[in-house]
Parts: sequence; structure tokens; C-alpha cells
Amino acid sequence: MTDRARTWRGELREAVGDLTPGVALCLLFLIAVILVGAFAPWISPYDEAEILTNESFSSPNAEMWLGSDYLGRDVLSRLIYGVRITLFLALIITFLSFFAGVGLGFLAAAFGGRVDDWMSRLNDAMLSFPALMLALIVINSLGSSFVVLVFTIAFIDMTRVYRVARALAVNIMVMDYVEAAIVRGEGKGWIVWHEVLPNALTPLAAEFGIRFTYAILFISALSFLGLGVQPPQSDLGVMVKENMQAILYGEYTTLYPAFGIALIAISMNVLVDWLLQRSSAKLPDEI
Amino acid sequence: MTAPLLEVRNLDVSVRDKKGREFKIVDNISFDVQPGEVIALIGESGSGKTTISLACMGYTRPGCHIIGGTVQLGGTSVLDLDLPALQDLRGKDITYVAQSAAASFNGAMTIDAQVTEIPVITGTMTRDQALAKAARLYRDLELPEPESIGKRYPHQVSGGQLQRLMAAMAMISDPRLLILDEPTTALDVTTQIEVLYSFKKLIADNETAAIYVTHDLSLVAQVADHILVLKDGKMVEYGPTEQIIRNPQHDYTKALMAAAHLMPEEIHAPPALGAKEPPLLEVRNVTAGYGPAQDIIALRDINLTISAGETVGVIGESGSGKTTLGRLISGLMGAKQGGVYLDGKQLAPSVSQRSREELRQIQFAFQMADVALNPRQRLNKILGRPMMFYRGLSQSEATREVARLLERVDLPTNFAWRFPPELSGGQRQRVNLARALAAEPRLIICDEITSALDTIVAQQILDLLEDLQEELGVSYMFITHDIATVSKISERIAVMRHGRIVAQGPVNEVLTPPCHEYTQVLLNSVPEMRTDWLDEAVAERRRLVAALD
Amino acid sequence: MSLTEILAKRLILGLLTMLFVSVLVFVGTEILPGDVAHAILGQAATPESVAHIRERLGLNEPLHVRYVVWLTNFLTGDFGTSLANGADIGTEVSRRLLNTVILAFCTALIAVPLSVLLGLWAAVRPGGLVDRIITATSLALISFPDFLVAVVLVTIFAVKLGWLPAIASIRPGYSLLDWIRVLILPVAGLTFTILAHMVRMTRSAVLNVLSSPAIEMAILKGVPRRRLLLRHALPNALGPIINVVALNLAYLVSGVVVIETLFNFPGLGRYMVEGVTNRDVPIVQTCAMIFCSFYVLLNITADILSILANPRVRYKK
Repeated sequence: MTDRARTWRGELREAVGDLTPGVALCLLFLIAVILVGAFAPWISPYDEAEILTNESFSSPNAEMWLGSDYLGRDVLSRLIYGVRITLFLALIITFLSFFAGVGLGFLAAAFGGRVDDWMSRLNDAMLSFPALMLALIVINSLGSSFVVLVFTIAFIDMTRVYRVARALAVNIMVMDYVEAAIVRGEGKGWIVWHEVLPNALTPLAAEFGIRFTYAILFISALSFLGLGVQPPQSDLGVMVKENMQAILYGEYTTLYPAFGIALIAISMNVLVDWLLQRSSAKLPDEI
Repeated sequence: MTAPLLEVRNLDVSVRDKKGREFKIVDNISFDVQPGEVIALIGESGSGKTTISLACMGYTRPGCHIIGGTVQLGGTSVLDLDLPALQDLRGKDITYVAQSAAASFNGAMTIDAQVTEIPVITGTMTRDQALAKAARLYRDLELPEPESIGKRYPHQVSGGQLQRLMAAMAMISDPRLLILDEPTTALDVTTQIEVLYSFKKLIADNETAAIYVTHDLSLVAQVADHILVLKDGKMVEYGPTEQIIRNPQHDYTKALMAAAHLMPEEIHAPPALGAKEPPLLEVRNVTAGYGPAQDIIALRDINLTISAGETVGVIGESGSGKTTLGRLISGLMGAKQGGVYLDGKQLAPSVSQRSREELRQIQFAFQMADVALNPRQRLNKILGRPMMFYRGLSQSEATREVARLLERVDLPTNFAWRFPPELSGGQRQRVNLARALAAEPRLIICDEITSALDTIVAQQILDLLEDLQEELGVSYMFITHDIATVSKISERIAVMRHGRIVAQGPVNEVLTPPCHEYTQVLLNSVPEMRTDWLDEAVAERRRLVAALD
Repeated sequence: MSLTEILAKRLILGLLTMLFVSVLVFVGTEILPGDVAHAILGQAATPESVAHIRERLGLNEPLHVRYVVWLTNFLTGDFGTSLANGADIGTEVSRRLLNTVILAFCTALIAVPLSVLLGLWAAVRPGGLVDRIITATSLALISFPDFLVAVVLVTIFAVKLGWLPAIASIRPGYSLLDWIRVLILPVAGLTFTILAHMVRMTRSAVLNVLSSPAIEMAILKGVPRRRLLLRHALPNALGPIINVVALNLAYLVSGVVVIETLFNFPGLGRYMVEGVTNRDVPIVQTCAMIFCSFYVLLNITADILSILANPRVRYKK
């Protein structure tokens, strides 16, 4: 035990020290992808919508490093813009769902009793809906647009986040240190902010990673079905759908965006696993 | 002298932390167990006593490694055996009784299936033979319905019974060596001596050699022939029981002796008579319970007063309602009937209806300091917040006050910038107490604050409580299951059973015969440092319990 | 509470959930702005024709009346007709439902035993080579979009090798062999969408049991490895594993939709996507109800089975 006071900077340094090479690689990749998305207009060699050649599915060449798509547009540029849209949507969705889900989940846990009962019952009922069905029904009624997509998926995600956040908070609310704050006479807001939140941060960060991945996969699936992002706008899922026939010509244009999605999701999942493992126990090595 | 049954030499066990650094948790331990002899491993938490006993079975917990030394059991080198040979040894030659039987029994199998498992699958007994032997052991252990109790599932029997059933499981193969790991620690005091007694009888009748692991020196004096005192994985003192008890050589052993759960030589004088002032706190005719309509009654007709500057002990076993009473006074639950009065003025039933000033005067100190302190808050915030909340101090004033408060509870002032997980158990308990003091209260409700601590540390906390009372004139309501502890520091006590106060008054009156039968049962359960105490105590206890019901 | 009471309570809760789901499906499809009459008529909508259609479809009735009529019709098997082409939905659904059930059933038959075995295998030696391979692979697989594995499989087996068809259309009079040829790739693709999750969850459920004091006790009793796993660990892990299986089978609902679309498989999933694309409300309602019922049913089954697998509930004090 050292006398050095632990600060967030110290914790950060400690966390960086704990990074294994694999996890560090994933982290770097994610940072790179986010930068690519943010600076897409400056990075991409061409405009995403510009038709550069009348040759469909041309092979990679000096001008077009990843070849062209079915309309003769540059696959690399479209990939970079696709990443931008996918990440942008997924981030908004995850932030929205966290804002609502954690807020409501903590609220239910803090008030307990009947408030909690009814909120959780309603949430359970929503959870008895398969996520994709809910999305399809809404899209059927409202059509697909960014706003519809974001709010629908954020809502679906919120029901999942609510459950996790509530469970976390309920487990913390029964700790003696919360009871100590209650006997002191602290208000619910203070308790949630100063006692519950700091102890829920790590698992919530992990959950954020999981939800973020889920949002990416979900948007991609919807786009792939033709019900997500609508052309001329395109994300990674749309690119897969548009270029499905390329496979039949033996070109791998379709696979780039699909693997792009997978790589982002894998990196995120590796990071989440590492985060969770940092605070877990081991098992007997005999069995 | 015959060859020892078990010979442990220079045992070293290390554990690897998250960063891959090795720590020795058992350092150069050597001891012998003669056939038919009981040796006690004594030490506080972290002394390595459980690790040593497990290593005798060739087992280490995840993350631990045996890095040196030998364990010989009747000529076999245990640490050199491969897994199948170890499996053969365990459950037959060496058996184990775990601390928490409730967790260690498999919930998906009947008790009989688990007790008879090893002899049946290894073919040393037929199923019927094994069942018959199990029933015999159940009877020897004085379990109720020995013929049918084994057909139940673990969750269908009580904790004390499970602990005995686990002993039956350990004894069914007639082991050469029995390891008992804190087998009575999880039990109520009055159940504890019964279970201890049946263990002792079982070991003696079968002439089994045993290793008894515990933190409680006074208990072990009843069963052990030799005692090995451990501290931080190292051997402190090793010798025959009589010698260790009568003439301890090492300072640490002396400290352990001094802090043992024994009745104090002298108990508090009665409080000064003729209390002129009205009591600080009064509980009048309170009945309370759980459930929506409070129909599961936990407290019945409770009357209790606490005057300024005095300590009132509330004693009872688990389920007696003592903690419920503390929660009721502090406003965590309301009463069905009756009320709580502070300076003669009735308090609102719930925290949210009480004024800040009322709340400030009654503080609550929780049992487990490791869960009572938010692991993500610095001590400066934990201790400073009550000052700001009740006394309206500014942040900088509070920080100054925190330093003074830390000094008062004998902690270094730079601890203010630490988080609770960076402190030891005893230090955390001091912080826990300091948080209550930070409000400058007139009454602190201490809920089992010393029960989870090692004996020496617990004694230090008790000393601190007395010093603080002298200095600040604060009153304590001291809730505990341990009559020895409570009689050390209380002026008056209340004895609780099944939600009622069965006896109360000045400590010397309540505890001096003739007293209530239940009080006698409790008194009778306090170990004495003589080797023939247990048999007398059990005989006495049975007479008392028969009279009580 | 006795066992029967617990089960009865769970069943009633399930029924209520179904009712809630039906309300949500109905309200979600009918009340939101996409008015059915406008949807049918499209550009050709005049006030008169809209009024006429509304009259014919009973859209002027109050919502709750329409809901009751709709639900009664649904329960009696009258699913109405498609807005797009007037075809009877019932006939179409019965044909496609069978295809989807075959697809899902084959997937479950392969995925469930495979993933439970892999999960157990990984859990038995945590940190060992097998565990690390299984953990790493499944971590990668859960990160794949539902269509990725299928796309890769098509690239390899249909395009490069030409062994299997890339399109899974079904014609009447297909022999068993034809069926198998057509189903291999979709089933494989679908298996991968649920396999990884199931493996990971099984592994952690079993690990959880293996780290309990009861298992440490069994080790210290000298119980041999095989028996330790089968007799001590498995009964306690059964409840959680059943839950894992049911949860992931429920996820088939989503997987089926994506995979059917990818392979042009004439199942209920693709029917629904077509319905949504054409805003064909009765089709969407019918498919959503069928999928959701399946989902709710599986969740209830999981609940009930894991209650039954828990000895603490089975043998009350």
C-alpha cells in the first residue's frame, strides 16, 4: 500500500499499464476509425457519390485502391464515408439510449416500491418484443429516415440499458454505505449522484461498449434489409446490400464493408472484455 | 514417541497478484500431527491458516502455488502425488469440514447422496452400508431424526445442523486426518458450543487426528492438544495447549490471549443512581414488524432508555430483533405501535420526516466497515460530508476538521486522500466510527461493529470507544451477539430474544445470578480458558434450555 | 408459494404479455401516420376513393372495436388479404411458415448441442488452449453482422467452389436431397448468428457454478473429475444453460429475417420484409404476431424450465 493518493490520472496510468498488446491494438484501431470517420471529407480520395468510371466492380487499381462498386464509384471513398455515417448514427443512438436508460434505471432503483414495480413491468413487456420486430413495425408505419432510425433503435436499446442500469443500482442501493447516506438524511438525487454512480461507472462503461457494438450491427442489419439508411446516403450495411451481386463476379467489394463492421465490433468487444476482466476472480485450475 | 501421522516441513505458498508479482502468504511452516492428536492453527484473517490446511490436502486456491516444503502423510509425500492419487487420498485419508456448510453443500443433491458419495463410488462400502453408517453418525452428532434427515436437501435444514452433517460427511470414510476450517464461526454463540461439543466427542471417540483452524483461542483450548500460532503466514509460537494458555512466550500470543472472548474480570459498576435529567433517548412500548402491514412481528413491547454519556448494550442472537431495534431508532423503519422519544419529544418514524438537527444527534455505525464505506469516495469526502451536511461547514473548513477527526481516531491525517479499499479492516472500522462522530452526535448506535474484526483489532476499537466517550460524553447503544464484549463496555444491558427484551438493567444486576434463564444460556456459552470447561458448559446448557422452553 | 402456483402465475403473465404484444403490434401498425387507405391508393388517392376504402375496411370504427375484430380474426386464422395484390395472407403464410420452421428447426438441431458442448469444453479448463481458442473465436463471431458469415460462405461454397446454390429458392416437388442442398448454406449462416452467443453464455454459466464453494468441497472430497462435472456441476448449471438456449433460440427471430432475405428464401421473414417495404399492413401485422408469439413462448418455456431445474423451488422447506 503506497501513500500516493489515487487520482483519476493515476487510475488512467494504471489502466494503460494493464493494457495487453492485443487490447492496445484494438484501442488504437478504434481511435483510428473514429478519426477516419471524423475527417472523412479530407481523407477520402474522391467524393462518395461521384461516378468515376462506367465499369462496374472494377478490380483495385492505382486510382481506385479498392476498385469500384456497381455504379462505378470509388469503394474506398464510400467505405470511409460509410464508416462516418455508421459511427455517427451508432454514437448518437448509444448516447441517447444511455441518457434515457441510465436515468430511468437509476430513478426506478432510487425510488423503489411501486414506481420501480411499474416501470420495470412496463420495461419487461417491451423486452418481450424481439428488437427487430419493433423496428420493422415502426419503419412500416413511419418509413425509414435518420430520425426514425435513431429514435427507434435508441428506444429499443434504452429498454436493455434500463435493465442493466437498474440492476446495478439496485445492487448498490442495498449496500450499507447507501443506507448510511439515507440515515444521514441525504436526498435521492445526492445518493444517486455521489454514492451510486461512481460505483456503477465501470460496468456502465462496459455496457456502453456492448450497446455501441449492438447499435452498429443493428443499423447494418436494417440497412442490409433495405430498411435502414436509404440511398443515395449509404452506410456500411447499404454497401453490402448494393454490392451483393459482386460476389457472383468473384469480386470482394461486398466483403470490405462487412469486415469493416466486424473489425470495429471486435475491437470494441475485446476492449469491453478486458475492462470486465480487470475486476474479476479466477477459478480453480484443477477442474 | 511414534512416527507422526502428518509431517509438514518448511512449507511455502505464494500468490500471484494481477501484475504477476509473487507474494509469500505462507512462509516456512513446519509442524507435526501425531495419530489421534488435535492440532490447532490459530491466527487472524490473512495469517495463512486456511491455506496451510488446504496445502495438507495437496490443494491450493486459484492463484496460489506451493513453492517449497514437504507434506508427508504416513510416509506418502502428498505434494508429489498426481491428481488421481490425490483424489484417492482426499475424502478417504484426509477429509475437510468447511467454514460455511450452507454454501459448501451441493443444492442439487440430497444430503445422504453427498455424505455417502465417496465410500459408495470408491466401492469401500455398499450403498446400504454407507447409509447405515451415515445414520449412525447423525445419531452420534445428535441430529434430529437421524433416520430421515439425510433424505432432505441442504436448503431444508438449519445452519447448525448442516455444519454437523458436513462433519458426518467427513467422518464416514474413517479418515486418518480431519481438517476443520473454522467450523463453528458462522453459527450463533449458543449453537456454537453444542456443535463444538459434538465435534470434540466425534474426534475423541474415533481417535481421529485433526487440524482445527480458527481465530478464536478460547474455543480451541477446549479441543486442541497442540497450538500453532500464526501471523502473516509465519509461525509465531508452537507448543502444547496448556503451555500456550498458561505461559505464552510471544507478545503476539499474549495479545491474542488478552483479547479473547472471555468474560472480563470485573464488570462495570452500576450507573450513578437517581438520574435527575430526563433520558436522552426513550423507546416506549414499541411493536414493529416487516411486510406491507408490519404483520411479521420483529419487535414486541420494547421499552428502553438511554441516558446521556452512558453505554447501553443490546444483546441477542441472530433473529432476536436487536438490529431491527437499532434501525427503528435511527428512522430506517417505523413502528406499528409506540414511539421513540429524544429529550422527551417524539421523533417522526422515518428519516425523511425528521429534522436535520434530530438526525444529527443520533448516528448509526454499521457492522461491516468494508461495505459501509463507499469504495469510490476519499475519506475526506466520507468524513467531510456529514460536517457540511449537518453543521454547515464549508469544504475547506470540513477538510481541516477531517484532519482533526482522523487524529482523534488514531489515523494519520494524510489518510484523508485515500479510498477505503486502501485501508486495513481495523482502520476502516475507525473511519466508520469517525463518520458517526463527524456529525457531533449525542448517541451512536453501534451495530455489531466489532464482530467482523479480529480479536486484537476489536479490542482496540473497544478501547477507542471508551476514550471517545470520556472525551466527548457521547452515548452508545452497543448492539452485539457477544455477551463478553458487551459486558466489558456497557453500564446497562438489555437481553433480547424472539423480538422481546427478556431482561434489562445495570450490567452487574442482569448478569449476576440469579438471572433470567436465557441470560444464563448466553453467559454459559462464553468460553473459559480451561480445558474441562466445554463438558460442564454443555451439560449446564441442556438443563437451561430444557427449563427455558 | 407452491410450485403449481409459481407455474400458474408465470403462465398467466405469459398470456398477459401476449395480449400486450398484440396491442402494440396493432396500434403500431394502425395508428401511426401511414394511413392504410392512403397506403393502398398511393398517388391515386382522391378524397372520395379514400373515404370509400376506409368504409370498406372498417377504418371509421373506433380503434378498440377494430382491435377486437382484428384480434378475433387473427385467432380464428383469418389474416385478411394483402393490400398490394389482394392475395389471401393465410395461404401464403401457411406455406412460408413451414419453410421457416424447417430452417429454424434444422438450425436449432445443430446449433444447440454444438454450442452447449463447446461452452462446456471451454469452461472445463478455463485459461487452457481450448478455452482460449473458443473464447477468442466466439468473441470475433459475436462481432460479425448477421449477414457476414453467410456472405463469406456464399463466396466460398457457391461462387468459388460452385458446390451449393447461392439462392435458396424452393420449388414444389423438391426431393429431400434438393432440400438439403438448398438448406445447407442458410442453416450454416443462421447457426453462426446464434452459436457464438450461446457458447459464451454457456461457458460463463458453467464457470459460475464451477467457482462455487460447493465445487471446491467436492474437489476436497476427492470426487473424480468426470463425476465432478456431470454429477456436481451440471445439475446446478442446467437451469442457467436452459435459459441461455431459449434466449438464443428467441434470437433466431431476427436471424431468420436477415438470412432469408440474403438467400431469397421463401420464408416468413422475407415475407415480412417485403411487407414492410411495400407498407403492406396486414402482412406486417400477421408476421409480427407470429414471430412475437414464438418469442414470448420461448421465454416462458425458458422461465418454467429453469424454475423446474432449481431444487430449491422443487423441494420446498
